[in-house]
Amino acid sequence: MSIQVKNLKHIYEKGMPTEQIALDNISFDIKDGELVGIIGHTGSGKSTLLQHLNGLLKADEGNIIIGDIDITKPGVSMVQIRKRIGLVFQYPEYQLFEETVAKDVAFGPKNLGLSEKEIDERVREAIDLVGLDFEEIGERSPFELSGGQKRRVAIAGVVAMRPEVLILDEPTAGLDPKAHKDVLKMVRDVHEKTGNITILVSHNMADIANLSDKVIVIDSGKLVTLGTPKEVFSKKEVLRGVGLELPPITAFTEELRERGLQISDTILDVDEAVTEISKYLAKEE
Amino acid sequence: MENIITIENLVFQYLRDEDGDTVQALKGVNLEIKKGSFTAIIGKNGSGKSTLAKNLNGLLLPTEGVVYVNGYDTKDYDHVWDIRQTAGMVFQNPDNQLVSAIVEDDVAFGPENLGIEPEEIRRRVNKALKDVNMGQFKKKAPHFLSGGQKQRVAIAGVVAMKPECIIFDEPTAMLDPKGRKEIMAIIDELHSEGITVILITHFMEEAVRADRVIIMHEGHVLLDGEPENVFEEEELIRSVNLDVPLMVQIGAKLRAKGINVPLNIITEEEMVDFICQYK
Repeated sequence: MSIQVKNLKHIYEKGMPTEQIALDNISFDIKDGELVGIIGHTGSGKSTLLQHLNGLLKADEGNIIIGDIDITKPGVSMVQIRKRIGLVFQYPEYQLFEETVAKDVAFGPKNLGLSEKEIDERVREAIDLVGLDFEEIGERSPFELSGGQKRRVAIAGVVAMRPEVLILDEPTAGLDPKAHKDVLKMVRDVHEKTGNITILVSHNMADIANLSDKVIVIDSGKLVTLGTPKEVFSKKEVLRGVGLELPPITAFTEELRERGLQISDTILDVDEAVTEISKYLAKEE
Repeated sequence: MENIITIENLVFQYLRDEDGDTVQALKGVNLEIKKGSFTAIIGKNGSGKSTLAKNLNGLLLPTEGVVYVNGYDTKDYDHVWDIRQTAGMVFQNPDNQLVSAIVEDDVAFGPENLGIEPEEIRRRVNKALKDVNMGQFKKKAPHFLSGGQKQRVAIAGVVAMKPECIIFDEPTAMLDPKGRKEIMAIIDELHSEGITVILITHFMEEAVRADRVIIMHEGHVLLDGEPENVFEEEELIRSVNLDVPLMVQIGAKLRAKGINVPLNIITEEEMVDFICQYK
């Protein structure tokens, strides 16, 4: 399974005086099993792009080919597409509604028309995948859980659909440091265990740098640049030009380089930075 | 310096369920907040930090103990407006704090309720919006603004009441990096104008800007002091599932490699200067 986006264009309020180009000529490929980070400041078009990938919004021009289906073609069953592509919105815990965690997670699989046994299996699997204990919380109300747990239950509801593509819009927003770490670990675990394509939107550059195989930068509806985290975060000026920052560790080591320290460029990892700095200082002494 | 807020043995208890089970969110907190200071309060979810904040201007009242704001006991209902005018609050979600359909009306809401003269209200609203760099948006509808802009309007609404102290309860949690920067710049600015700032946050990089850091854990004050002293306790901080600022981590790792980084280096600027002196 792979995703190809070709010359995608979307216009809000087309034909109205207020019409606005939200996505303009966007093209990229995502290979099977990749974890892709999407960055761009608020209003850049990231969410609009995500909503195209599972058919919530229709392209005005261009193609989106998921596996072997071009979902922009007329007559494509969106139900089939949404079964394969799970979208987790921002603050998904606001969408919890059932009496128990197990029932809430079961809502999606139930609507797929699966057997009771299959539903139960998937619910247990999904709760386990997001790092929670079914025996402990399955029968509890989702509203009694902590913020981080609630969010993981909400994500489990999408994971239980066994999507081939899992899209997460700001999954760590507003969490405390512990819950933040737990949710990141969960994203990585789910990705590794299911081997699906994962698309992660985040404002946290450190998370994007640590998790992604590939990073896509969007600004004003256009694709600015795309590449490995190392390639993308080496383009400091380009990123600053579109209102984005480097990951804090990279900003720090680049500042050192600007002050004349000879250490490697685009360091994305704290330990690598420490090794480089201590090597440099040992040489100087 | 005199204290603007004094907290004596504050216990706060709330009902967990219909059966009458109770939870103690605060288990005997003693603190004094000096006039004009900048205090950051950190702690994981459920540590009691927001409950503490809401006790500081009478939104919640102590189960035991006393909170004094400018000398007034928060339980003294006759002075509730004096207390709320002294200590204003800005919350996490900007969408929950705006009440009017036009920005300047929203900012005027507080002063109007204080019964202030219309001309004075106009002066205050204009000044407050200018302070948060939102002057050009005063006739706009809040729902056309970005999260960071809405949060700035919410701050202007508090500033227009001329509080001596502003309590910010995770004001940047729902904002993007640009919005976060704008809000932090405004908080620094308000502090430099003499307003006492209490900032509740999850972001360690915001906490290092304060002149005092308090770490809450399970309803107690775990650590309290100047940022460089508090963050020296890296292991203790990590043991309660919190992080330390990036530069504190780097300092510790460099020390482990035999490089003598002083413990009081906690900001990027200080660290860059320290390393570059060996150039």
